[in-house]
Amino acid sequence: MIERGTQSQRLSENQSVPPDARALALQPRWRRDFPIDWEQDEYVSRRELVKFMVFTSAAFAVGQGWLALKSLLRRQQGALPALPIAAVDELPIGGAKTFHYPEGSTPRLLIRTGPRAFVAYDQQCTHLLCPVVPAVEKGCLHCPCHNGWFDLQTGRPVAGPPQRALPKILLDVDQTTVYATGVEERT
Amino acid sequence: MSERPRFIRAQRMTIMNAMLALVILIVVLQLWLLTATTNAYLGGDMGVALPAAIASCVCLGLNLGLLRYLFRLD
Repeated sequence: MIERGTQSQRLSENQSVPPDARALALQPRWRRDFPIDWEQDEYVSRRELVKFMVFTSAAFAVGQGWLALKSLLRRQQGALPALPIAAVDELPIGGAKTFHYPEGSTPRLLIRTGPRAFVAYDQQCTHLLCPVVPAVEKGCLHCPCHNGWFDLQTGRPVAGPPQRALPKILLDVDQTTVYATGVEERT
Repeated sequence: MSERPRFIRAQRMTIMNAMLALVILIVVLQLWLLTATTNAYLGGDMGVALPAAIASCVCLGLNLGLLRYLFRLD
């Protein structure tokens, strides 16, 4: 008897109440014909949202793992070998040439800024990867896609949408040749 | 064998809302972690990625624990 009472109480607690809180017999015909359990509907939709969010969480963890793996692989590569990229008198002051370092990389840009002064950066803009062009007379590198500007001496962004500095190619200049000796990624 | 707790609908709904809030909070934390780590990685900082990956996996573990509880709730 007590058990039956508990069950009926549980049933009444789990019954859906129509939006206007009137009895089912007093509801319009359409609601009686197609009774929607709004509370259960809400419960199920939130449960599905929780599942989707956990799936998103798994995707983030996978992405994070992929970044960690790439970092480990990059650490194991070690230092890059020096590579001759140009003769000193090959470029006039203010002149530029592209090269690849290491082999197979994205294009890099070598710019002669003085008789014995060279700078080199990755040619891809750090905003949306458009190629930057030197504007030596202004002391800048210019990305024409979205009007981004980088300082020629440092590679740091000075105007426009880019937020990060261009990766810098470390150079070694002897009497006749310019060598690339490393790549410095920067925030 | 322990009996699963039975909740009335209103209680389950409250629990569900709390779980949803927790899961969203954790996912936002993971999103922030991923953004910060990507920025560091692109800037050549290789020391951040592994601890961040471990932290993200811990977050995923918490979420999976909550999901397990969700299945037990039904």
